[in-house]
Amino acid sequence: MGQTLLQKVWNLHAVRQLQTGQTQLFVGLHLVHEVTTPQAFDALRERGWTVAFPNRTFATVDHIVPTTERKRPFLDVMAEGMMSALERNCRDFGVSLWNLGHANQGIVHVIGPEMGLTQPGMTIACGDSHTSTHGAFGAIAFGIGTSQVRDVLATQCLAIEPLKVRRIRVTGTLPRGVYAKDVVLAIIRQLGVRGGVGYAYEYAGEVIERMSMDERMTICNMAIEGGARVGYVNPDETTFAYMKGRPFAPQGEAFDRACAWWRSLASDRDAVYDDDVEIRADALTPVVTWGTNPGQAIGVTECMPSPQAQQASEQAGVADALSYMGFTAGAPIAGTRVDVAFIGSCTNARLSDLREAARIVKGRKVAGHVKALVVPGSEGVRAAAEREGLHEIFRAAGFEWREAGCSMCLGMNPDKLDGRQVCASSSNRNFKGRQGSPTGRTLLMSPAMVAAAAVAGEVVDVRGMVGA
Amino acid sequence: MSAAQEIKAVIGRGISVRGEDIDTDRIIPARYLRVVTFDGIEAHVFEDDRVALRGSAAMHPFDDTRFTGASVLVVNRNFGCGSSREHAPQAIARWGITIIVGESYSDIFFGNSGVIGLPCVTANKADVERLQAAIEQNPAAEVHVDLVAMTCAWPGGSCAITMPAAVRDAFVTGAWDTTGMLLDKFDEVRAVAARLPYVSGFVG
Repeated sequence: MGQTLLQKVWNLHAVRQLQTGQTQLFVGLHLVHEVTTPQAFDALRERGWTVAFPNRTFATVDHIVPTTERKRPFLDVMAEGMMSALERNCRDFGVSLWNLGHANQGIVHVIGPEMGLTQPGMTIACGDSHTSTHGAFGAIAFGIGTSQVRDVLATQCLAIEPLKVRRIRVTGTLPRGVYAKDVVLAIIRQLGVRGGVGYAYEYAGEVIERMSMDERMTICNMAIEGGARVGYVNPDETTFAYMKGRPFAPQGEAFDRACAWWRSLASDRDAVYDDDVEIRADALTPVVTWGTNPGQAIGVTECMPSPQAQQASEQAGVADALSYMGFTAGAPIAGTRVDVAFIGSCTNARLSDLREAARIVKGRKVAGHVKALVVPGSEGVRAAAEREGLHEIFRAAGFEWREAGCSMCLGMNPDKLDGRQVCASSSNRNFKGRQGSPTGRTLLMSPAMVAAAAVAGEVVDVRGMVGA
Repeated sequence: MSAAQEIKAVIGRGISVRGEDIDTDRIIPARYLRVVTFDGIEAHVFEDDRVALRGSAAMHPFDDTRFTGASVLVVNRNFGCGSSREHAPQAIARWGITIIVGESYSDIFFGNSGVIGLPCVTANKADVERLQAAIEQNPAAEVHVDLVAMTCAWPGGSCAITMPAAVRDAFVTGAWDTTGMLLDKFDEVRAVAARLPYVSGFVG
């Protein structure tokens, strides 16, 4: 009987079974950022422990960093305290830090792949739920909490429960103006925000196979929003082409040997899955969230749902979400006025995302009442975009062009919504208060849809704006 | 991190937070993550939900003094979804909760809670709703959650609870603190690392 990639990678990294029923799993790459690690490093200090594998541990700063004025000390003394703690921790424990001002700084889930640190067949952990992003390479990547960060620092291992695997085959052809973001939002809409609990999602099918690495990262990034802690795509020629020449990727003959090993890890044809789902791409439209979780999403041509039309157990949640958002059941989502347009986050701030958004805004102007900003996922993305002149296109249209960080995805830095503002956002969570204002409202959509909303001043169907 | 204690049962008053898919941004808003310790984080647990309800007829249970001192939190489906922030179970535990009874949890929240000694047990929907109603009607009632018998009892009712057997055993025997286990047999960790081709740089 064949095996899935998850089973193969799991078995290669399993040290032993613990008495908790969990597996002690070796972690091939540990990514560290400023928010979820200070208590973990302090725990090591208290016990006199060291970092077990400092050369498999890499740090950057992303969540709290300002995207405008980067001068130190930061105006926010708490953010400055976290920054200094990370610098001290990396220095004391011998961990590489890509700090502000370094060409490699950026969102941890953008720079890992960009630098070639993220590789097929690895186990990867980071104190951030969007670590699932790295699964796009055929890695098994877990978001973890601070005590688990402590464990990984001290032992390079995680104590973790085995996962079932659900294969999600996306078949057919994706229509023009419909993007990877729409695919993953449609998957979450169909399977629900708790459908993936206990599962890893294997994304497969011809639509996924045709996708670029950037697109696959968008899909895997949001596995967690469907409840699946892990999402992955089997490595293939697209993966290997992306890896080739990256600073931390194997070089020369070692690269050829690596490709052979990576290829061997893909799920076998006769692998057995705990569940198998097919999504047809042909009928998909641009998707927009209307509610307060990523599963509360509809096509841009659809109308807000009615609580009464839901199953009894979902009615209260739908009514509460409509009330928070100030939306009316039965009203169309298109035409919803937006105050802010945010293109950024680990979901959709890679070069291809910015190119697609720039294509929409080129020659157009941001609506007068909209504050629009582009926050590249990394300094590498920013530099590459500037070499192509994308920053000039955005600026000419009225967007602010910022430096790299998580920014308004979660509003831990100065980039926040104000009051009940409505934000068209290329990020991953539309939870209540997520974007920094306790009453702020988020509409998740693709970067191209955000660009279109910025120009129109309201939610519009980007398919009317994409050229041939 | 304390030395692991045996957790066989919790007896205490209950507090019910109703709702599906309560995410960790709800439990502890991101602005309270700008800290380098967990000290005092409990002051902000469910803060935005609590503030949103002030001035209305409803009151958030964490603002209702009838539930002050409760130790058994009762929740519905997919509690703790979203962000991996351990700040969420830390805020709940430091507020005084020592066990959670719910319909279901996100995988990351379940793991983050377990590793700090906060068991998350599961009961079926009807039982959870009966328990929530009982707590709301009688906040002074004692709830008895027994990890040995795997039952939950309250004045006028009881139900079965579930948890993966090995996780339950770890709490009952005081073996839930994993760092020690992971540090044990470090030679085996080195052996696994040594046979991974990417660790050795794909040498020929």
